[in-house]
Amino acid sequence: MLYKTIIGLEIHIEPNTNSKMFCSCPQNHFGAKPNSQTCPICLGLPGALPIANKEAINKTIKLGLALGSDISKISKFYRKHYFYPDLPKSFQTSQKDNPFCIGGELMGKKINHIHLEEDAGKLIHQDGNSLIDFNRSGCALIEMVTEPVFHNVEEVISFTKELQLIARYLDISNADMEKGTMRLEANISLSTDHGLQSTAKLPDYKVELKNINSFKFLEKALIAEIERQTIALDNSEKLVQETRGYDENTKTTFSQRTKADSHDYRYFVEPDLAEIKLENSKFEILNSKLPELPEQKRKRFAEQYKISSDYINILVSDFDRANYFEVAVKLDPSLTKSIADLMINKQFDKKYAAASLVRKLKEITNVEYSSQSDLEEAIREVLYESPDIVTSYKNGKGQVIGFLIGQVQKKLGGKGNPNMVNLKLTEELTNKNF
Amino acid sequence: MNNIPLTIKETQEGLKSKKFSAVELVDSYLAQIKKHNDEYNIFLTVTEELAYEKAKEIDQLGDFSNPLSGVVTSYKDIFLTKDVRTTAGSKILDSYIPQYSGTVVKKIEQAGGIMIGKLNCDAFAHGASGENSDYGATLNPWNREYVTGGSSSGSAASVAANMSLISLGSDTGGSTRQPANFCNLVGLKPTYGAISRYGVIAMSSSLDTVGSLAHTVDDIEIMYDVLKGEDGLDGNVLNARRYTLNPRPKLGIAKEYFIDGLDSEVENMILDVKKTYEKMGIEVVEISLPHTKYMVPVYYIIQPAEVSSNLGRFDGIRYGNDRNSFGEEAKRRIMLGSYVLSAGYYDAYYEKAMKVRTKIIGDFDEAFKTVDAIISPISPTPPFKLGENTKDPLKMYLEDLYTTSANIAGIPSLALPSTFSKSGLPIGFQLMGPRFSEHQLIELGKKYHQEIDYKPKTAF
Repeated sequence: MLYKTIIGLEIHIEPNTNSKMFCSCPQNHFGAKPNSQTCPICLGLPGALPIANKEAINKTIKLGLALGSDISKISKFYRKHYFYPDLPKSFQTSQKDNPFCIGGELMGKKINHIHLEEDAGKLIHQDGNSLIDFNRSGCALIEMVTEPVFHNVEEVISFTKELQLIARYLDISNADMEKGTMRLEANISLSTDHGLQSTAKLPDYKVELKNINSFKFLEKALIAEIERQTIALDNSEKLVQETRGYDENTKTTFSQRTKADSHDYRYFVEPDLAEIKLENSKFEILNSKLPELPEQKRKRFAEQYKISSDYINILVSDFDRANYFEVAVKLDPSLTKSIADLMINKQFDKKYAAASLVRKLKEITNVEYSSQSDLEEAIREVLYESPDIVTSYKNGKGQVIGFLIGQVQKKLGGKGNPNMVNLKLTEELTNKNF
Repeated sequence: MNNIPLTIKETQEGLKSKKFSAVELVDSYLAQIKKHNDEYNIFLTVTEELAYEKAKEIDQLGDFSNPLSGVVTSYKDIFLTKDVRTTAGSKILDSYIPQYSGTVVKKIEQAGGIMIGKLNCDAFAHGASGENSDYGATLNPWNREYVTGGSSSGSAASVAANMSLISLGSDTGGSTRQPANFCNLVGLKPTYGAISRYGVIAMSSSLDTVGSLAHTVDDIEIMYDVLKGEDGLDGNVLNARRYTLNPRPKLGIAKEYFIDGLDSEVENMILDVKKTYEKMGIEVVEISLPHTKYMVPVYYIIQPAEVSSNLGRFDGIRYGNDRNSFGEEAKRRIMLGSYVLSAGYYDAYYEKAMKVRTKIIGDFDEAFKTVDAIISPISPTPPFKLGENTKDPLKMYLEDLYTTSANIAGIPSLALPSTFSKSGLPIGFQLMGPRFSEHQLIELGKKYHQEIDYKPKTAF
């Protein structure tokens, strides 16, 4: 039977702040020696208290503004309680009501909200021991929750890639799945109702797919899970609410936790953190600092440079490359297409600075020379403008011709055929009219 | 030295005039501790070496100009002290040695204070008698058959027994004021957000404050000025603007305070206090705090909820001992708190309690439009005997009737010794004022003590 796939996403992004969410330990923990970046606050020691990181809040709001979310005028942190060895306070400071960003949209997909929270530590199981590394404990973490609006794997992947790109454009995070600065959870269920419009008709279960750490895994895991659910429904099995992981070896998903042991998080407002009030002026400042977003850039490139949409997608997918392209094109707009060619097919932008690329390009491409009449016109102008040089030449200083050649090329934008310029100039200078 | 001075001023004058040295002061307090501590169970840890080290340093410098120079200080065992065991009165933390010191501990150290040790208290500050300590109850130095009050039981007893000049306690629902009251001391519960809680083991984060205990209002003032102010570590602390003192203050007594459970001795003392102020020309009027009857229920929802959250970290993975080491009262509060926060009950309990809390704050805001401070009992009864209330936790909770309001409203309250009961035990009252009105309360407290010619004294 045919089913309609329904997927909602929870995407975690570790922002590139200087310090953790509630203390001054470094946020970036990649490759750091275990437990070398901790303090009483992120270790959850008795007596320690949190101070909210303003940079993390600003980055969360920037993401919300970029996606058209409503920004809460008053926002609060909550304590979310559960017991786990990597959670030293026994609660995670997160948000519930009044998260920083509510609603919003990306690629036509509705976003429920974006909130800010702290990360847990990392458990490492080795040689029969379980070890805890608290370097990640208390790190700032932005979580975006979408509505259940995805109906196939491709949509999920393109959405996630676009979000990654936006995070990079906004300089809020490198959003690198392999490094764990972007992590994804997908809630998947299948519906027999193809006209599904409202959330009221959602299936009575959903499967939360966790621990997805690359785009490749994401695709494989989603496909495997959709297949598992399809077979189960075809066999009239009842699907249950559960959390599943993906096993790369068996290429299947496996159950991690079922609803029976689901949590009651006992949320309440974190008394140690005051409400965060946001002034309108603050939104305006953050809003005015937003860079051009990828989609805007794609549209502008299409209009301004008239290059293929494939080229545009590749260039825009890297903020620095897109900038390089524009710098190079500005040096010589007539070379636009060649610059794009060389960047995309030959990776020349990795080897040369923009200016030298343009120079190289002029050497290796067959630049069309100026027309005969343009050349003659330019020579006449130069000779007229430089009577002293002409006199010097006539007085036997033959070497000044180099200067005159330069002047002519300048007028021709470097497009004079060097041989022709030399020939014509000499002709004119020896013309007895002069 | 013969007599240990009972005020900071006399202590510092004695040091300046070389009547005694800081080391001799420490000798005297330690002698007192050695003589009585086994019997009264006041100190859990005595930091003899550290005290001598600091005293020698002070004597060598010969500079007694810091506000607490040479002042021997003891700490309730919920203040984290770097490298010195900190138990919170609970076996869970029996072997816990903190890696950092709390802000107030550092401030006292910088102000010249000498730490002499860490004090017994109700485990995790849960209690109103000191009897919930996993290390056994502290006996009241005024009469060893009676409780000291709690939860800062050791703090009050150490000052009353002349084992330290001043002491730090905590006050979440009366835990500084009530034991101060039961041990004939002055106690201050500051405005929530006046003094940093950083490095104080949390009980109930929205109610916890750092309490000060001393023999005189003057000393409480010195302590408050040392302890208050932002430290960049407790985000709820504000540097308050200087509070404008009213030169002609007006006092109020809430009619709701006179209920059945109020002991007649305490009631008469309150009426005497009223007369004393009136004699000084200070007007005392009747006010109304209509939500007073909800105080204990609201407190016993919010407080256990936050307790259940704050104690979660003692999950048996860290800190040495597992959850079986929690005492009965801690378990009771964890259960209560988890219940009122759980899905399906949150709205009926926690959410509703928070709404009533807002009403209670409104009551006080309204009252402070007409009066500068409120006179109130502290405990509804004079000190009670050990074991008298332990069988009935609810009865023990009613001890908190008059004290919890200042915590729920976040306002300051100054506990003042007044007189002694028929059975020879101290009784006193409290003055509550608007947020950051500590200095107004202190002025009113000084006036009262001048008028009754209060003289500090120790139990032995």
